[in-house]
Amino acid sequence: MLPLNILGTLGGLYVFLAVSSLVAVRLGGTPEIMLRIRSWWVMVIVFTLAFFANRAVLTLLIAFISFLALKEYLSIIPTRRVDRRVLFWAYLAIPMQYLFVYFRDYGMFIILVPIYMLLFLPMAMVLIGETKGFLSAIGTLQWGLMLTVFCLGHLAFLVILPPERTTGLGLLLFLLLITQFNDVAQYLWGKRFGKHKILPTVSPGKTAEGLLGGVLTTTLLSVLLSPLLTPMSWWLALALGFFLAVIGFIGDVTISALKRDLGVKDSSNLIPGHGGILDRVDSLTYTAPLFFHIIRFVFYVEF
Amino acid sequence: MLRLLFFILIARPLVFIFLGLNVRHAQRMPKAGPAIIVANHNSHLDTLVLTTLFPLKLLPSIRPVAAVDYFTKSKTLAWFTTHIINAIFIDRDLTASRDPLSDVHGALAQGDIVILYPEGSRGEPERLATFKGGVARLAKQHPDIPVVPIFFHGLGKALPKDDWLPVPFFIDVFVGDPIYFSGNRKQFMNVINEQMQGLAKEGNFPVWD
Repeated sequence: MLPLNILGTLGGLYVFLAVSSLVAVRLGGTPEIMLRIRSWWVMVIVFTLAFFANRAVLTLLIAFISFLALKEYLSIIPTRRVDRRVLFWAYLAIPMQYLFVYFRDYGMFIILVPIYMLLFLPMAMVLIGETKGFLSAIGTLQWGLMLTVFCLGHLAFLVILPPERTTGLGLLLFLLLITQFNDVAQYLWGKRFGKHKILPTVSPGKTAEGLLGGVLTTTLLSVLLSPLLTPMSWWLALALGFFLAVIGFIGDVTISALKRDLGVKDSSNLIPGHGGILDRVDSLTYTAPLFFHIIRFVFYVEF
Repeated sequence: MLRLLFFILIARPLVFIFLGLNVRHAQRMPKAGPAIIVANHNSHLDTLVLTTLFPLKLLPSIRPVAAVDYFTKSKTLAWFTTHIINAIFIDRDLTASRDPLSDVHGALAQGDIVILYPEGSRGEPERLATFKGGVARLAKQHPDIPVVPIFFHGLGKALPKDDWLPVPFFIDVFVGDPIYFSGNRKQFMNVINEQMQGLAKEGNFPVWD
């Protein structure tokens, strides 16, 4: 059975979801909003089941999310026919990365993509011998692998920061809640009070009011939630909450910039009402590694 | 029975998890036979994807067309194509005296959903060739059976001709409006080709070269 703080937080999350669903129905939710909320329920339930299962199941779930994200990425960017096999090798990074996580091998986890994939994938491409489009091919592949496998992989490594069943799980739950809440909060604040556009060339929906409201609300949530799930002091929670909210925004607009460049609206239509997996985890690609490394530095530097 | 197991345990996970589908205008798919599905052909995976687009209960009536000269090259392939894929064999040898589509007429009469690839063969990956006219001859003899064009993108990337290694890619599936035969064969082929070009334009596909 999960520890009380995790159970309590999950319970609170379900209450929040239920209340939001009722509010949406009452305020006359459009089919788009109802679809969005339904997808939230599905995602939360899937994660809850993984939490209740065991570390292997949870690691597998995160690995699967990496797989879907990488697949989405490689499907929307230009690729070269000659690189087919190289793309296959790139996918193999996923089982390797998550096996390292499962066996708690930090050293291999942290260098697999940035050193081994970085060096061996371009080598495979060079040996094929097609130099036209070579730079674009290695550049785009490595960046995609870093975002979807290396960055998201940190989610799974959070779980094994000891003591696993309390702190590890608590840290992961905290990060997921803060990051996703930040997305929703920025969106809602923007809808209600949004006036001054920021980054209109990248993402026309983003406003200063949305960003500010979201950041402040998320910082507050961080201070309130952190003692329940993390070993942070209140001022570290304040600083980190603020930082994660801003950096989550950066993750979001980074994927927006990618989509703008490619001329696509959504990375795919895998998640009804939200778009693709990339659209949903874009903030996490930034918050996960940064949160992990800050926590590691503060609490586990001998890890 | 074996076919059902194959589709549940192998084909569906392969298509929905390994590949992944983005289907547009799914509501245009026929809910029952008889029907003629025409699609562009880029990969051996085309037929698997098309079959999984239909609910399992329709599995017995899905009849993909397969060229007899290719699919009977080995005994295993012939067995697989007959018993697992449930294909209708057609003879591409134009000197044969028999009507190559005779078995197709029989299937349609039974209410089956027949899958045809009017490009003729898998061709260059992700390049749409003009459709050959056999489907017009078929449709003319069955003017009350709908011909549904479907455009795929991505299968030529996932498993192109002359390759055996599948690479995960999302597959775009664009379903066109059903067309019934009218006018003459040339006009009908024009309508179909236009529909396919139109469906192909709906997607914003990245460069693949």
